[in-house]
Amino acid sequence: MMDALDKKIIRAVQSDFPLVAKPYEALAMRVGISEDELLSRLRQYKHNGQIRKMGAVLGHYTAGFSANVLCAWVVPLEHMDEIAKSMSANTAVSHCYDRTTTEEWPYNVYTMIHAKTREECDAVVDELAEKNKLTDKVMLYSVKEWKKTSMRYFEEELVCQTVNV
Amino acid sequence: MLSLSDKKILNAIQTNLPLTSHPFAELGRITGLTEQEVLARLNELREKGYIRRIGPFFDSDKLGYVGTLVALKVQDGYMEKVAAAVNAYEGATHNYERKGKYNLWFTLLTQNVAQRTKILDDVRALPGVESVMSLVSRKKYKVNVKFNLK
Repeated sequence: MMDALDKKIIRAVQSDFPLVAKPYEALAMRVGISEDELLSRLRQYKHNGQIRKMGAVLGHYTAGFSANVLCAWVVPLEHMDEIAKSMSANTAVSHCYDRTTTEEWPYNVYTMIHAKTREECDAVVDELAEKNKLTDKVMLYSVKEWKKTSMRYFEEELVCQTVNV
Repeated sequence: MLSLSDKKILNAIQTNLPLTSHPFAELGRITGLTEQEVLARLNELREKGYIRRIGPFFDSDKLGYVGTLVALKVQDGYMEKVAAAVNAYEGATHNYERKGKYNLWFTLLTQNVAQRTKILDDVRALPGVESVMSLVSRKKYKVNVKFNLK
């Protein structure tokens, strides 16, 4: 379970990462703890899997990956694990999720595909379809990006606390 | 254009930023640069938008959050207002207008199901929203935004 200090640490480390020689010391100062204590907590989160990666995410355009498509698939449940893992193994696939369906919306697997051009995206989709013998899919090309941010965890609590004080 | 050493730094930092007192000195050892050189390059690359974010990337499930992908059918003429209302939620992190009968798609993270239900009820009641689907994630097979720069 996350205690109050854990939440304080997470709030502090999810905003601008200090690009200085000793970044964890700078972050520890934001929290009001020692560098050693911060590092030991962060190592623990990584060990527990609460931190899945410590590092950087690039802008898609950096690598020239300016095209992307969200493709939703109807995957037979008995082959879910095998097919989802096979799709995940494709380096063009950044996200692969199994999701619930509705009566009018039978698609249960969602793959986010990145490539340099729309044609390359289409080719990846064709490859995934053929390899996994899937015919029922929908390609959800984006028309406009309204918002794209990283999640900021435990921020709402802070607002509530401030209001209560 | 990115230099070869920029690409080396970016490939290294995408994979792992060490949890040690001088992480950039360690990145320097991998890439053959000094700590100060790595920092100078990273500052510039971040400023120019090559780097979207540096730091820890959390597993939302393991922090106790619940996630869903929400699809909306928004009527003509209401898109901008509905998109803005969705954007106002902290937990709505990615919000895209897409082609198809469901034309607005956003991911939503909340601390519990009750909070999610409340937000979905509010979204359903927005003017111009015809229909709402919540496609809850059952299993994440891959979450890995990583590009190998050559």
